Amino acid sequence: MAKGAKSHKRLQSFFVNFVLIVICIVWMVPIIGILITSFRPSEDIFKTGWWKVFPHKVEMEVARIKLNPDVDTHGLMTIGPETSLIEGRDPKGQKVEYTGDLIENVTGTFEEFHKGVTLEDGRTLKWSGNRKSLELRVYDRQWVGFSTNLTLKNYKDVITGKNITYKDAEGRTITRTGNNLGGAFLNSLAVAIPGTIIPILIAAFAAFGFAWLEFPGRNILFTIIVGLLVVPLQIALVPILKDYVNMGLNGTFLGIWLAHSGFGLPLATYLLFNYISTIPRELLESAFIDGASNFTIFIQLIFPLSVPALASFAIFQFLWLWNDYLVALIFLGERNKTVTIAVAQMVGEKGQDWHLMTSAAFVSMILPLTVFLALQRYFVRGMMAGSVKG
Amino acid sequence: MLSTDNPKSKKFNLLQWLSSAIGQILISLFVPAITFFVLWQGYVFLSRAQASQIVLVIVAIVWGVGGVALLYLVANWLVLKLPKPWSKIMQPFVFVGPAVVIMGWFLAFPVVRSLIASFQNNLGTKWVSLENYIFAFTDPRMLETFRNNLLWLIFGTGFSVGIGLLVAVLADRSRFEVLYKSIIFSPMAISFVGAGVIWKFIYSYKGTGVGIQEIGLLNAIVIALGGTPQPWLTLAPWNNFFLIVIMIWLQTGYTMVILSSAIKGVPAELLEAARIDGANEFKAFFSITVPYIKGTLITVITTVVIFSLKLFDVVRVMTGGNNSTNVIANEFYLQMFTYNHAGRASAIAIVLLLLVTPVIINNLRQFNKERKGF
Repeated sequence: MAKGAKSHKRLQSFFVNFVLIVICIVWMVPIIGILITSFRPSEDIFKTGWWKVFPHKVEMEVARIKLNPDVDTHGLMTIGPETSLIEGRDPKGQKVEYTGDLIENVTGTFEEFHKGVTLEDGRTLKWSGNRKSLELRVYDRQWVGFSTNLTLKNYKDVITGKNITYKDAEGRTITRTGNNLGGAFLNSLAVAIPGTIIPILIAAFAAFGFAWLEFPGRNILFTIIVGLLVVPLQIALVPILKDYVNMGLNGTFLGIWLAHSGFGLPLATYLLFNYISTIPRELLESAFIDGASNFTIFIQLIFPLSVPALASFAIFQFLWLWNDYLVALIFLGERNKTVTIAVAQMVGEKGQDWHLMTSAAFVSMILPLTVFLALQRYFVRGMMAGSVKG
Repeated sequence: MLSTDNPKSKKFNLLQWLSSAIGQILISLFVPAITFFVLWQGYVFLSRAQASQIVLVIVAIVWGVGGVALLYLVANWLVLKLPKPWSKIMQPFVFVGPAVVIMGWFLAFPVVRSLIASFQNNLGTKWVSLENYIFAFTDPRMLETFRNNLLWLIFGTGFSVGIGLLVAVLADRSRFEVLYKSIIFSPMAISFVGAGVIWKFIYSYKGTGVGIQEIGLLNAIVIALGGTPQPWLTLAPWNNFFLIVIMIWLQTGYTMVILSSAIKGVPAELLEAARIDGANEFKAFFSITVPYIKGTLITVITTVVIFSLKLFDVVRVMTGGNNSTNVIANEFYLQMFTYNHAGRASAIAIVLLLLVTPVIINNLRQFNKERKGF
């Protein structure tokens, strides 16, 4: 009985891990694919799939058979040591001594050999050229090890804004201007860092005001903020773009900071309000008695106490801004283009430049992935608190 | 100018002068003026300067963050200068004012402005009554987007919540929980544009020809299984599902993490009791765990549904909405920028708003129930 339960448990654990491993592999493979591709030379990418860098079997010429001139190519031929000479080939195609199994008593017509005849051991015999060549090639599937033909060139090419050259599918050399992803990376930083800090600052002040200060209209204003939590930002794009064009803010960093602040503030204020309103009242009252002003209390007491909540939201907002495409596309556009815009442009323009696109995609992912993996715990906390938002 | 014979007395005089009423008023005007001037200079520098990009970016960051902090300091300082009763009334607005103004400008008023624009023509110069809404609800283009968004909503939400729940439940029973969860979770850090590249590469199609090897993973698998390669992204209507896979890949991490923490909250005694009563794992899951996490499940589903309604990036990057993959948010973008029809774009935005209105109402109701400290 106990033994049965134990083996049942082991079976269950095996099943659980098996399903999870399968799902995880499916989840990982897409990223691994572009990571490997981004390090392969462009000619290789055009020719073969990325999985070919792993050890795999390849059909390779291992030997060449020269038929004796007296063999009748119009009838049934028997190939063996009596009718032909055999010489080996190494993986580079150089002539070497033949060491493989003897090939004998293989019969067939020219047409059959031309199509290819598979031997019992899996090797293939194929007639090369026309009837007069009297030559057959022996192919075998052989293991190829890890490909070491990897390069950093794609990354260098995609980061620079200067001219770059590479080889295309047919081996021609192409010259064109780089995508300047390095510049786009800096622009993304210039959007994401203030775009994260500014709304947090504003939201922290507002959350404190709503949580601890009395003023007319407090109730209705906060209710409106809750109502704004899931308003789709598409609603704002037409009117705000009109304002920006009138004010000359279109394409400026200030413009996009303001826009991201506007779209991020309802959630930030709501989250920070929830957090700040749980700070014990006595703590603040004793500070008031000591004669501190609201501003001092906020700076010296509330702000430091709210750091965990601020950090959670900061990571959330930073990732959101870094990965944002729509807002950047509309308010920044060509001027000061961010990483997402640069990558999206590459996909649109040069649909087949996989060596550049994959490395560009990876450049765009490095920072958010690092931030994310390093600060996952804070991120999860922010996500839990914010799961009301759409 | 102050450093004449007796600096000490001069300084004293200056302080005295500063504390007089007129000095107070002057300085109250002077400080904000200086602040605005400095910030304006920063703005001008940023929009005109030819300095190297890295310098510009650093200046932009310092200017933006510092500027906001400075504005608060100056505003608070100004308010404290007011007579006592006034300063008490005004101070809360220093705290909440900027947030309220920005949210008003960027979200609250645009609702009204978009509503107005949705009843006007493409340039906003003429009233057209319901014309834009007739387009939004009856045009074949829009009907296609509705159908596609419905597909996104059903399959995108269904699979990301379903797989998320599966992983959450299974990982809870494994020693390698953290590792599995991190792997499923990590695509959340990737932009939809980046994910677009990743999946476009998987779906890549070269066509048939001598010596051509497919470099897309999906076609390579199809060939290995004896099929013929397909141009997946132009294969209507199935291409919608190939796009939805991308959303599932990105969003499952989110549903998994939230549901996982909810599942950990299910009391072990309850599950144990069910097992003793003879329930198997499936029965225990559906009769104990699911009812227990129902609230979280609804929240997660709502979030993913809203997400699938507003979805834009994937479609924009992968197909541009061609080959019958258009969605509402992409049609909004096309109307706004490609066809320059502000009226129709606004009507579509209002449709999106209407679609999420039930959630807004629910949020408000929930908030009204919970707020006791208010």
